[in-house]
Amino acid sequence: MSFISLLWVLLLGSLLGLELIGKVPPTLHTPLMSGANAISGITMLAALTLIVKAEGNVPLLIIGSVSLGFALFNVVGGFFVTDRMLAMFSRKPSNKK
Amino acid sequence: MNLPVIIKFVVDLLAVLLLALGIKGLSKVKSARDANRLAAFAMSLSVVGLLSYYLGTSGIAIQSWIWIIIGSIIGSLFGAILAKKVPMTSMPETVALFNGCGGMSSLLVALGVAIFPISSGQENFDFFKSLINEVSISVSIFVGAITFTGSIVAMAKLQGWLSTPGWTQSKVRHFVNIVFAVASFIAFFDLINGNTSSIWLLVIVSSLLGIGVTLPIGGADMPVVISLLNSYSGIAAAAAGFVVDSQLLIVAGAMVGAAGLILTQVMCKGMNRSLVSVLFGGSLSAQSTALSGSGEYTNITSCSVEECALTLEAANKVIIVPGYGLAVAQAQHTLREVTKKLEQNGIEVVYAIHPVAGRMPGHMNVLLAEADVPYEQLKEMDVVNPDFPATDVVLVLGANDVVNPQAKNDSSSPLYGMPVLDVQEARTVFVIKRGMSAGYSGIKNDLFDLPNTSMVFGDAKKVLNDLIGELKDLGVGEK
Repeated sequence: MSFISLLWVLLLGSLLGLELIGKVPPTLHTPLMSGANAISGITMLAALTLIVKAEGNVPLLIIGSVSLGFALFNVVGGFFVTDRMLAMFSRKPSNKK
Repeated sequence: MNLPVIIKFVVDLLAVLLLALGIKGLSKVKSARDANRLAAFAMSLSVVGLLSYYLGTSGIAIQSWIWIIIGSIIGSLFGAILAKKVPMTSMPETVALFNGCGGMSSLLVALGVAIFPISSGQENFDFFKSLINEVSISVSIFVGAITFTGSIVAMAKLQGWLSTPGWTQSKVRHFVNIVFAVASFIAFFDLINGNTSSIWLLVIVSSLLGIGVTLPIGGADMPVVISLLNSYSGIAAAAAGFVVDSQLLIVAGAMVGAAGLILTQVMCKGMNRSLVSVLFGGSLSAQSTALSGSGEYTNITSCSVEECALTLEAANKVIIVPGYGLAVAQAQHTLREVTKKLEQNGIEVVYAIHPVAGRMPGHMNVLLAEADVPYEQLKEMDVVNPDFPATDVVLVLGANDVVNPQAKNDSSSPLYGMPVLDVQEARTVFVIKRGMSAGYSGIKNDLFDLPNTSMVFGDAKKVLNDLIGELKDLGVGEK
């Protein structure tokens, strides 16, 4: 990928992000923040790349692995906690114990 | 183009599409839960895509697999456990912690690449390309470090582990932060010039900058900061995408970064604060104690739970204004008991939700939903404000600044201009509160002095429990 096309990707990605969050009811601000936060853990892909390309370089393998751990903590925790919040909204009012 | 490249291209494209649909869906109540799962699926898809690409091209060494598995299991396990265990009231802290770890991950990737440059296949040295590489590594480290330390400080402050040190409210902090910022930029350019050893300076100074910028910010403004840091972690991910040459990372990072900025803007509007004043203005309470700290209450009416119950029984329409105090007292379930009784007596009950009720926009909705409050009973501020004059009783539970009429009437007040709930328009207002202490902003609340306001002093949960007892004695809710 040439640098210029990567810049295009960056630009279009940003515009997409601005466009997607046009009107959000305040109810969903916290879940949305937490969901978006989970997506920012996409750096796990960078960490994976690092590990695969480490070619037996142990310090690099460790750095990659720790980085992967942090990213997955972000991703898994983020999606779970968002789901937990959203599960409460989908509960039907008639659903009494 | 060979097969693995094509497969990865298709998978990446699909993942981006699904992530975009996921973020879009998260902005509607109906689709939010599915959208969240869709986004999670897209993320796992992207991992499968990347791994199969490497399996199909260079192969993955056993050693790499071991480290991949170790990192994944530990990270996922801790993430899942924390997500399941954490109470709903500490959601803002949790988001901050997750977010900080995302920043840390970007930081580590950039650090790893900087110390041990990975072979990119073609070894023809290109000055332009190596410059871009250095810049993206530096940005990734800079933003990643700020995100990490900033988020950790935000979390610690919300948890009450850290207080706001006095010196951070003086002008000194600007000087300190400028020093950190300048030092970061020196390290930044030194690194781009090829001096790899300055990488540690960059790590240290930008970490300190993250602490220095977040530490002075008061509790009320913290959600805005977390939202902003969330945006930063997206930017850090995008920068890491440049480092490892991944379009998917760049798109996803940019989306989160941009969406986070919009969300931050929305939050600022709800609190009547500009982003600049949140970041550089210091804590609101520090400003306001100087301004209106001398305000004394002159006309406080306090009343018993019994009176409150009698008034509620005679009402036709009741509006509840919940605040963070309610959540702290864990009283949302007890509140639900009270409102159930009132509803059974044919009294109309509505919850008025201020945009920043709780500690984060939408936080209160989550907490009330946890207590089985029907979603339709939660009314947003603009919808509910015209209803107050036709309301018999307003119950203010642990909310303070969001019901302060000063925001409308007193142009000298720091709150002036903030959108508030017009509770004083109702016939009777009961404020359930522990004592006369001020709210987050530290500003006197004129509502408490009004003749139609009565204070019911006590812990929200205890008062509500007493209220249930009194209502029972009155025969409310028992057919």
